Amino acid sequence: MHSRTFILVTIVVAAAVFFVAQLVANNYLFFAGYTVLQFVVLATAWNILGGYCGYVNFGSAAFFAVGAYSSVFLHKAYPLPIPVLILVAGFVAGVIGLGMGYLTLRLRGSFFAIATLALAVVLQTLVTNWDFVGGSRGAYVIRPNSLDVFGHQIPYIEYLFLQMLILAAVAIATARTIERSRLGYGFATIRDDELAAEAAGVPTLRLKLIATTLSGALMGMAGAPFPYYLGFLQPQSAFALEYAVNSIAMPMIGGTSSWIGPLIGALLLGIVQQVATVTISSAVNVLIVGVLLVAFVIIAPNGIVGFVRNLMRRGRS
Amino acid sequence: MDFPIELLINAIIAGVLLGGFYIAVTVGVSISFGMLDIVNIAHPAFIILGSYIAYIMNSRLGVDPVLVGLLMLPVFYALGAAVYQVYYVSFEKRGQEALRGLAFFFGILFITEVGLILVFGVDYRYAEAPYIGPAIRFAFVDLPYRMLIPCVLSLLLLASLQVFLSRTYVGRAIKAVAQDQQALTLMAANPIAIKRIAFGISIATAALAGAFLVIIQPVEPSVGREYIGRVFAICVLGGLGSLPGTVIGAMLLGVVESITATFYGPSWAPAVSFGFLLLTLAFRPAGILGR
Repeated sequence: MHSRTFILVTIVVAAAVFFVAQLVANNYLFFAGYTVLQFVVLATAWNILGGYCGYVNFGSAAFFAVGAYSSVFLHKAYPLPIPVLILVAGFVAGVIGLGMGYLTLRLRGSFFAIATLALAVVLQTLVTNWDFVGGSRGAYVIRPNSLDVFGHQIPYIEYLFLQMLILAAVAIATARTIERSRLGYGFATIRDDELAAEAAGVPTLRLKLIATTLSGALMGMAGAPFPYYLGFLQPQSAFALEYAVNSIAMPMIGGTSSWIGPLIGALLLGIVQQVATVTISSAVNVLIVGVLLVAFVIIAPNGIVGFVRNLMRRGRS
Repeated sequence: MDFPIELLINAIIAGVLLGGFYIAVTVGVSISFGMLDIVNIAHPAFIILGSYIAYIMNSRLGVDPVLVGLLMLPVFYALGAAVYQVYYVSFEKRGQEALRGLAFFFGILFITEVGLILVFGVDYRYAEAPYIGPAIRFAFVDLPYRMLIPCVLSLLLLASLQVFLSRTYVGRAIKAVAQDQQALTLMAANPIAIKRIAFGISIATAALAGAFLVIIQPVEPSVGREYIGRVFAICVLGGLGSLPGTVIGAMLLGVVESITATFYGPSWAPAVSFGFLLLTLAFRPAGILGR
């Protein structure tokens, strides 16, 4: 499929999802759907660096929190509409991603993974000690109950849901475009054999920096509406390990080689977790993610996508 | 206001004692990450597991935590060997350790933490032993036994590991695996078996480190996360795979953390270790004693 056609299809699908959600018109659906879509963005963003380049980022929560806290900061300093906040958050998180990559990407892959863990804790400590954005006590973000659009009253949660839906569509279209471009092939050479790629003249460092920046920016964007979603933000909820684990587990379970893997993983795990949170408990749903992650990397290393592809290949021969 | 020199000296000594304990926490990762190139980020989770076992035996049966740690050494060794076997078959053999191996350990870290939360809740647990309260006092310097004993025992642990690695046949084989696995195969030794032993030892040290941890401070399941940064910071700081380097890195981090906590407040302490790690990675990835 041509990239332009693909983007068109993504827009149509997103519009259809929003339309169907409007028909059901259940507030809980929008709340749950927002969380699932947020995971779609995080998983897709993680996969741009993790799946395409082969660099593991354990600090997804940090980028997410940077986005959320840049919104809190602006909310206190100079309130802006959410779409602008998303762009600002994307910029800030992208710069941090670039800096992070610049510091560590010349090292072996595993160092990068450890450094991202470290980044998360350093940022969390900074935010916890920064009183302007609420410090360890957290910050309240008062949002209106509904939004006035051309005389229509739209519930605020629907407005947030729509933003996250658009963001998810953007993330998926970006990932897919990268996959089919020179950039994507460059990323794949890094993943397969960085030394050989370097020797063959692939500008590996520059490509990796592009990947960390893009991936970080998308994660930050996913975090930007988060304070408005919760109405209250504290460091523990923004830096929750849940985001780090999910954004790794979802692509791993779905399959890391293409854009559809993180999407499948995020939809599947996201929905399972929403159901488990309501029916069992939130601690158990995190345990489910951990167990599934370990089980999948051992048994089905190429995720659901790889598993299905294998089945199809076997079916043909 | 004149500079509180007594406070500073106390902070430094407390830091050295803390650093001693950090040796026990890190030595396992020095072996697994530094020598075997296995990025075991789940190591702190095994330490917390050790702490909880020590806590259970201590509160139910009144056994001394250090004794529990010693008794658990073979159990943790077996656990480590089993984990390595899974890791080898699933990832190393297929050449997928970079991405999936990391995710594997991350998953284990997570399962252990949430499992402990589900069983014990998020309350802080602590052990009881006669040496946990009292302290020796020289002039204005406090030496609490609960810090002193883990520090001394950690140094002993490190010294015995150092002797084991440089004097015994298996120990030398482990060092050889760290240098060149293929050469070892050519010498008709089985690198996988040796790595299994080494990884078993590295997890076994977590049993002792866990017992020390529950002596030093109350433990709850997510405490382990703070130690991920510390452990890797020390490991990288000292130079990968170098046990004397581990001592230097641990002491350095302990002192800096203790001074930060004394003069700026404990809420800044975690940033120190991770900041140290980031700076080391950026400017001197080979560490202080690295080649």
